[in-house]
Amino acid sequence: MSSVLLRANQLTCIRDDRILFDQLSFDLSPGSLLQIEGANGTGKTSLLRILAGLTLPYEGDVQYNALPIMQCRDDYYQDLTFIGHLAGVKGELSTLENLSFNLAIQGDRTANIEQAIEQVSLTGFEEASASHLSAGQNRRIALARLWQSTSKIWILDEPFTAIDKAGVAKLESLFLEHIQNGGAIIFTSHQELQIAQQHLTRINLEQHD
Amino acid sequence: MTAPTHLTYRQLFFSVMNRDLKVAIHNKGDILNPIIFLIIVITLFPLGIGPETNLLTRIAPGIIWVAALLSALLSLERLFKNDYIDGSLEQMLLSPQPLFIMVLAKVTAHWLLTGLPIIIIAPLLALMLHMESLAYPALMLTLAIGTPVLSLIGAIGVALTVGLKKGGVLLSLLILPLYIPLLIFSTAAIEAAALNMPYDGHIAIISALLVGAITLSPFAISAALRVSTN
Repeated sequence: MSSVLLRANQLTCIRDDRILFDQLSFDLSPGSLLQIEGANGTGKTSLLRILAGLTLPYEGDVQYNALPIMQCRDDYYQDLTFIGHLAGVKGELSTLENLSFNLAIQGDRTANIEQAIEQVSLTGFEEASASHLSAGQNRRIALARLWQSTSKIWILDEPFTAIDKAGVAKLESLFLEHIQNGGAIIFTSHQELQIAQQHLTRINLEQHD
Repeated sequence: MTAPTHLTYRQLFFSVMNRDLKVAIHNKGDILNPIIFLIIVITLFPLGIGPETNLLTRIAPGIIWVAALLSALLSLERLFKNDYIDGSLEQMLLSPQPLFIMVLAKVTAHWLLTGLPIIIIAPLLALMLHMESLAYPALMLTLAIGTPVLSLIGAIGVALTVGLKKGGVLLSLLILPLYIPLLIFSTAAIEAAALNMPYDGHIAIISALLVGAITLSPFAISAALRVSTN
C-alpha cells in the first residue's frame, strides 16, 4: 500500500484555446485536506472533474494507487465520493428516496439513513419532495451522503455553497474526522475554513497558468 | 464501521428502474405526450385520406409503425436529459456499480412508459385504420419485439447528444437511419400476414435486431455517456 492515495501527474487543461493550468502535479496522501483556490474561471471545477475521471486532461494523468484511473476505474470509484456543484438530487423524489438511491448506487452504507438525515438537519423533511425544499436543503441532501461514505477520497466542489453557519461547522468537523481516519479530501471553496487550518494545504490555480 | 453494501445486479437494475418510474409518475405529461401524439397522428389519417377503406387497409401497417417510431423519437430526449441537468448522471458515471446495468434499467423504464402503451393501444388504432384482421397477430408481435429496439438504439443517440444544448435535430439524423431496417421488416411482416403468407423470416430478423440491441447497445450507451459528459 503506497502512502499516496491519489497523484496528479503533470495535468494540463485547455478550454477553448485557453490554458487553465499547465503541468500541475501534486500528491494526495491519507490524512490530507487540500483546498483548491483561484478566482472564478481559473479551472477549479475542471480540475476536480479531471481528478474524478469525468473529463480527460489535455496532458498528464491521474493515478490511484500508482495506476492511471482509467485502468482501475471500478476500484477507484469504490474509493471515491464526488459531489459536484450539481447536487444530483431529483426534485420529484423525497429526501429519503434521493439519499437512499444515491447511497445504494455508490455502494455506501445504507443503514442508519435517518442518522445521516439528522446530521444535515433534515429530520421531518424525509418524505417531502426535494423540489419543495430550499436550495440549501437540496445541497444538504447531497452532502448527507458524506456521513455514510465508505470511501477514502472525497472530491467536493463548493461544498459550503448555500449551507448555513451551523451546517458549515458540522461539515468541517466531519472533514476533520474523515482525515483523522485516514481519508483525504480535495475541495474548492471561496470561504475560509474555521477549523483544521493546521491540516490544510492549498493550491492556487492562478499561479499555475 | 460497517461494511459497504453491495447490490446484486438485479437489485441495482430494479432500484434504477423504480426510481425512473417514480420520477415519471410525477411528470404525467411526459408519459402521456408520446402516446397522445401517436393517437392523434393515427386518427388524423382516415380523416385526411377519406373513407376509402381499401387504401387505409393497405397503408395501415406503415402508418402505425411510422407513428410509433416518431412518438419514440419524441420521448427519447428525456431519457438522460434531466439526469444530466441535475447531476445524477454524473453520480451514475462515478458509481462503482456497472454502468451498463444502470443504463439498461433506464432504457427498460423508458420502454415501459412509451413502448408498452403503444402495444396496448395498437389493436384499437389498427381497427380505426381498418386493418386486415389476419394481420393483428403480426402487428402485435412486431410491436412487442420492435419497440424495445426503438428504445435501445434511440438511447445511443440520446447518450451521444445529451451534452448538447439543442441536440434534437442531430438526434433524429443519427437515429432515424438506424430505425429504417426495423421499419421495413416490421411493415413487411404485417403485410405478409395480411396476405396470409408466412412471416416467420421477418420476425426472425426483428428478433435478431432485438438480441443484438440488448446485448450491445448498453455498452455503446455507456461509452457514449462518458464521451458526452467529458
